[in-house]
Amino acid sequence: MKEVELLIIGSGPAGLCAAVSAAESGAKVLVLERTFKPGGQLIKQTHMFFGSESQYASHRGVDIAGILLDKVKEYGDRIEIMLNCTAVGFYEDNVVTVLRDEKEYFKIKAKSIICATGAYEKSLAFPNNDLPGIYGAGAVQTLMNVYGIRPGNRVLMVGAGNIGVIVSYQLMQAGIEVAAVLDAAPRIGAYLVHASKLARMGVPILTSHTVKEAIGTDCLEAAIVCEVDDKFRPIPGTEKRYDVDVMCISVGLSPLNELLAMRGVEMKYVGQLSGYVPMRTENCETSIPGIFVAGDASGIEEASSAMAEGYLAGLCAAASLGHVPEDFEQRRREYLKQLDGLRSGPVGDRIRAGMAISKL
Amino acid sequence: MFEKTGVATREMVMTKFPPIERINRGPVAVVECYQKIPCNPCQTACPVGAIAIGDDINNIPVRDEEKCGGCGVCVAKCPGLSIMIVDGSKSDETVEFRIPYEFLPLPEAGEMVTGLDRAGKPICRAKVIRVMNPAAFDRTPVITLEVAREYLYDFRNFKREV
Ligand SMILES: Cc1cc2nc3c(=O)[nH]c(=O)nc-3n(C[C@H](O)[C@H](O)[C@H](O)COP(=O)(O)OP(=O)(O)OC[C@H]3O[C@@H](n4cnc5c(N)ncnc54)[C@H](O)[C@@H]3O)c2cc1C
Ligand code: SF4
Ligand code: SF4
Repeated sequence: MKEVELLIIGSGPAGLCAAVSAAESGAKVLVLERTFKPGGQLIKQTHMFFGSESQYASHRGVDIAGILLDKVKEYGDRIEIMLNCTAVGFYEDNVVTVLRDEKEYFKIKAKSIICATGAYEKSLAFPNNDLPGIYGAGAVQTLMNVYGIRPGNRVLMVGAGNIGVIVSYQLMQAGIEVAAVLDAAPRIGAYLVHASKLARMGVPILTSHTVKEAIGTDCLEAAIVCEVDDKFRPIPGTEKRYDVDVMCISVGLSPLNELLAMRGVEMKYVGQLSGYVPMRTENCETSIPGIFVAGDASGIEEASSAMAEGYLAGLCAAASLGHVPEDFEQRRREYLKQLDGLRSGPVGDRIRAGMAISKL
Repeated sequence: MFEKTGVATREMVMTKFPPIERINRGPVAVVECYQKIPCNPCQTACPVGAIAIGDDINNIPVRDEEKCGGCGVCVAKCPGLSIMIVDGSKSDETVEFRIPYEFLPLPEAGEMVTGLDRAGKPICRAKVIRVMNPAAFDRTPVITLEVAREYLYDFRNFKREV
């Protein structure tokens, strides 16, 4: 059995920042990543990010992954990243079981663990939603921007949150037609600057609309959409048909953290954070000492906050192992200040409410 | 309306344009950012401190039209692609726009393109004056276009005709 000081599960922005922060304090870190490439969601984000300079605002997500990996390299003697390794179990004695390349199975025992596993896409129920051609928006983005595969010719985007509008824009950049973006909510959920980019390319954004059914025999051929009233009930007679070969479902993400539940940390359903989340202290520590959480796994937010939480969790996990840098308190306060800033505006209302409920 | 369609109303747009006298004096930034979001690269990018957001990163940016020299540095830096430069000093009949454009293939100088409004509706034809795509713009090319003056408050995008 492999023994490590600090194990980080997931190499997205949260996991990478946690690794850098802990290594900077002197901890030895192992990062597990289930895919073939480190960087999490960042590696498929070709658009410029929001936020402030300390979170690399105005850089493209994929380049932010590069910046973080360069930082990881600076601590090459203290950080190891194992790719194609999925953590599949998490037990009382802090043993994590790992499946490598879908064939080799082994155990790792760690003194402290940070869960930075990110999120998964929610789906939507409607007749024929299992036809080939109906994808999660994130999956289409991965196909297109990581593997260079064209998902189809004409797309209907379901969901006008940030992911829906950003993936629509990137589809257009790839030369694929976006027939419309629809959302059951009466208002666009995405940042309006992103929505305006699409609008001025002539893509209609249809709020108070939903998918009624998908049509096709072997694969998607068309979608029937309709208007909904203020209680989200379909309005009869408002049906419209869109001939599309791709439908992207982008109706939100849920935190991916079953490993923490398996380990027995205290979990709670918090709607504002989009699902079950671990209860945690302001230092990102769960109800079990030495076990931390950071990024989307602790509640759906953004890469900017995932990075700040990663730095904070890495700093505090290293400290729990006895690696307390001289400027510990100063750094801790700085990360908390960054998080406060990012969550302070009206779009942060929801997050702040969720944080209050999930605080230990 | 704006929150349902992503298309800003004329009244909203007008609040972001400086007075016509200022536009006629030379290039100036129009910052079409209407919503409080945690973002501030426009403020950080401006070399003369003409865009102010302040301590709360969620504040809406305010551009000082007297400080702004229309250099265009902020255009490619804004992740919302919400900034453009307008310049009414070149002629009485036309205005020059500098807008971000992230699509390939890029247009060429001299090319005629179709001008679009904020809803993507074709409204006019426009002439491409310059295509700027230096490394510093980090893959957000900025296109200068000449547009008839009557479309000053409507023109916002273009599409190629080839
Ligand atoms: C289209 C789109 C646009 C976005 N735009 C922005 C933006 O402009 N600005 C912004 O700040 N944010 C943006 N975000 C959000 C941002 O990408 C996420 O909030 C951020 O990536 C979360 O970071 P994370 O490290 O928590 O999770 P992730 O980036 O999801 O990383 C989690 C990692 O853990 C790995 N993993 C999961 N489970 C296991 C396991 N069991 N074993 C091993 N590895 C595992 C995954 O493979 C993944 O690599 C966007 C997201 C999307 C999808
Ligand atoms: S155009 Fe130049 S001077 Fe004007 S706001 Fe933008 S960066 Fe500042
Ligand atoms: S950089 Fe762009 S999107 Fe961000 S605050 Fe400034 S104008 Fe708004």
